[in-house]
Amino acid sequence: MSNLIRKENGKNAVAVQEQIGQFLTFLVDKENFAINILDVKEIIEIANVTHVPLTPDYIHGVINLRGNVVPVIDLSARLKHHSAEVNKRSCIVLVEVDVLEGPQMIGMLVDEVREILEIPPTNIQPAPDFGTDIRTDFIQAMARVGDVFIILLAINHVLSLEELSQLSGLNNEQLVD
Amino acid sequence: MSEFDAALTTFAQESEELLISMEDALLSLESSPDDSETINSVFRAMHTIKGSAGLFGFNAIVAFTHEAESVLDKVRNGERAIDAELISVLLDSKDLTARLIEHCLTQKDAPLPPELEAASMRLIKQLSGKKETAIQANETETSKLESEGGGDISVDGSWLISLKFQSDALRNGMDPLSFIRYLQTLGEIKEIITLTPDMPGGDEMDPESCYLHFKIAFQSDASKQNIESVFEFASDDCDINILPPNSKVEEYLNLLDAQDESHVKRIGEMLVQVGALTQNDVNRALQKQNESRESEDQPGKPLGKILVEQQVVQEPVVEQALKKQEQTKQKLAAEANYIRVDATKLGQLINLVGELVISSAAMNLIVERHGLTDAGDVAASMNTLVSSIRDTALELRMVQIGETFSRFRRIVRDVSNELGKTIELQISGGETELDKTVVEKINDPLMHLIRNSLDHGIESPEQRLAVGKPAEGIVQLNAYHESGHIVIQIADDGAGLNCEKIVAKAVANGLIKPDHGLSQQEIFDLIFAAGLSTKEAATNLSGRGVGMDVVKKNIEALRGSVGIDSEEGQGTTITINLPLTLAIIDGFMVGTELERYIIPLSMVDECIEMDPHECQIDEVQHYINLRGQVLPYLRLGDYFNSRKSDTVKRRESVVVVKSGQNKAGFVVDELHGEHQTVIKPMGKVFENLKGITGATVLGDGNVALILDVQGLIQAAIKNKTRSANFLSSQRTQ
Repeated sequence: MSNLIRKENGKNAVAVQEQIGQFLTFLVDKENFAINILDVKEIIEIANVTHVPLTPDYIHGVINLRGNVVPVIDLSARLKHHSAEVNKRSCIVLVEVDVLEGPQMIGMLVDEVREILEIPPTNIQPAPDFGTDIRTDFIQAMARVGDVFIILLAINHVLSLEELSQLSGLNNEQLVD
Repeated sequence: MSEFDAALTTFAQESEELLISMEDALLSLESSPDDSETINSVFRAMHTIKGSAGLFGFNAIVAFTHEAESVLDKVRNGERAIDAELISVLLDSKDLTARLIEHCLTQKDAPLPPELEAASMRLIKQLSGKKETAIQANETETSKLESEGGGDISVDGSWLISLKFQSDALRNGMDPLSFIRYLQTLGEIKEIITLTPDMPGGDEMDPESCYLHFKIAFQSDASKQNIESVFEFASDDCDINILPPNSKVEEYLNLLDAQDESHVKRIGEMLVQVGALTQNDVNRALQKQNESRESEDQPGKPLGKILVEQQVVQEPVVEQALKKQEQTKQKLAAEANYIRVDATKLGQLINLVGELVISSAAMNLIVERHGLTDAGDVAASMNTLVSSIRDTALELRMVQIGETFSRFRRIVRDVSNELGKTIELQISGGETELDKTVVEKINDPLMHLIRNSLDHGIESPEQRLAVGKPAEGIVQLNAYHESGHIVIQIADDGAGLNCEKIVAKAVANGLIKPDHGLSQQEIFDLIFAAGLSTKEAATNLSGRGVGMDVVKKNIEALRGSVGIDSEEGQGTTITINLPLTLAIIDGFMVGTELERYIIPLSMVDECIEMDPHECQIDEVQHYINLRGQVLPYLRLGDYFNSRKSDTVKRRESVVVVKSGQNKAGFVVDELHGEHQTVIKPMGKVFENLKGITGATVLGDGNVALILDVQGLIQAAIKNKTRSANFLSSQRTQ
């Protein structure tokens, strides 16, 4: 099993190294994370979020984005298993995820957006197999910036629609019965 | 997309439409095999497909359609009679053509698979097998004017005038002789025959009554109008028929041909315009047509036929006029009546209109909040505009359901043949319009219900005769609008549902207990439960017990409902209720302390106050007494936010909602009233979510969720039964 993971992570790392990238870093539960800037559609300040009942904690709610209803995922709940406390620096980072029916916009609730970093490919390393407190398949790679490591998130896994929708179904069943 | 691909797409669409119209035409040929226009349209379909396929080099299609086309050409020229057998073969040919086209489009260069090859060989053989059974030539048109009394006149180049004076003519001061004398001022009377077919014998004859009929051959250059005016005064007391001379026919034909094609005219209008008829002739024929009609909705005889029967015009002239009329219709249809529009573009437009509705609601909110009186007028007029734009935009997506309905003709025909039953499909309300997306999604459920009716509902001819019904079964397909909804009914006059059988099966499947105490309606509803089929043996059509539950699910996914009504021995009627559109609904907005929710207005029954004194609230078992009825309720705020709030409850209201037979109450804090709700999809993340079907954006920019009433009622009932199982044994399912 661990072999498999290492292999997959290795492949990811190679893929990352090929592109010299800019990364958006943000704070979730006092920890720094980053995603590739190309994945980011826009960043908006937190507006009126409508709570969707009968969903797990990591679904923060839905917002009105210029007339479209967009789900917002609470990254803190998704990654760290406790809900975020919304403060005045909280932001929603909008990303697009591809599904069969076409791209779907999803918002990620983060505590604070930090900066955009240019990270040379040489500073990006495959993720460790253990030692982090978030699920290993959420980590695409580790990036060294100065003396610290920042986790590069694997958006497709963190925001896997299949998983999100399945869990919301499961949870709902439990509540109804 | 390259130009070639675009052309291919057009070819595919065009062929599909042609094949559908060909099928319709073939099916209607079964009842009226002599309709030359219908035969023509079948021929045209094959011909056009052959031509277009040739452009793309689809040789397999060309080879096959060529054969079909040549057979049809013979039919068209009257060299071959059309009969049920040939229609069957042609229907098969249509199916094969569709498969060939599909093959050529998907695997352009691959050779024909052997089964297609074999099928096309077999059909070609069948098509050409029955060689030219010549049909009798149509009886040739005679220019003779036949009179009851015998004396035929046939004088070419003369007007043939027949005058039948009524018995009161002399008493009213009409002198037949003076009319005939006056007629001579216009031309020359070649021959005149006097007939007295109504003359009674001896004493019965009244010398003051007129019994005279005249047939006159009249040579003149005057127009029909002028000749008729001679008899103007007599028209009340005399039946006048004026048949133009054959030499004139040629002239009329030319005139008809030259008529302008800018709009479709009625046949009478056309004939009057070229002078072949006078307005009086047309009026009389129309009156006759009305009389021949038995009831209001039954179409009378075609006007052309009546005109020929009345001997006021020759058949070739009428035929030419009909042909011209059809041509004009086609030309107009081809010209500019329809524009092909990409469905996604329409979808975009409707989305934008939805936005417009929302922002105009927002504007109203601001105008109201700031008390801007002068802006209020502008806002009001813009509101009117926005709502008419919304209606028009939604109408764009409306299509008639008739096309979907008529596709079932073929299914009914094939299935009834297969089952050895004779079944007629009666379609009404085909012009009822509803949203295209709804039409597309209703097709499968409808197909299933119709097959059920054919297979389970209608009995075999022997059984039908044994219980005193006509051997031919009838399946009716009907659609109509009803208060913002469309209702589709599928009714058969078959055996009806057998309650005992259903109950026995449901008990065997463990769906209900033997001492169920269900009403008849509730028993009928059981057939929508999964895994229930009363048919002992499953056929390949139906009877496997999967399906009715899927039908129900599909219809509910469209925010519709389905109901069933049946009388044993008399038949079954299934009624489907659907919203007109999936994009915008009338909603009812309610609020809990945290959120606002929309309930589809059509499901709201009433709103009452949650008053402990009046309605005996049982907080433990979650039901209230609604005028003597047990009404389970759900406190929306608590149910949706599992964390309880300790704030003091304000005055609460109960919204009584119903879905099918079930009722429940939703307890809310605020009633906001009706709200035009533009439904926004929630996306894939929430696809498994129960209790919520969608979302909408309110005027203030917030998102409100639309409640899934069906699901919540179930939850409320469960909620109640769980805590009070014994109390509700009557309503448990």
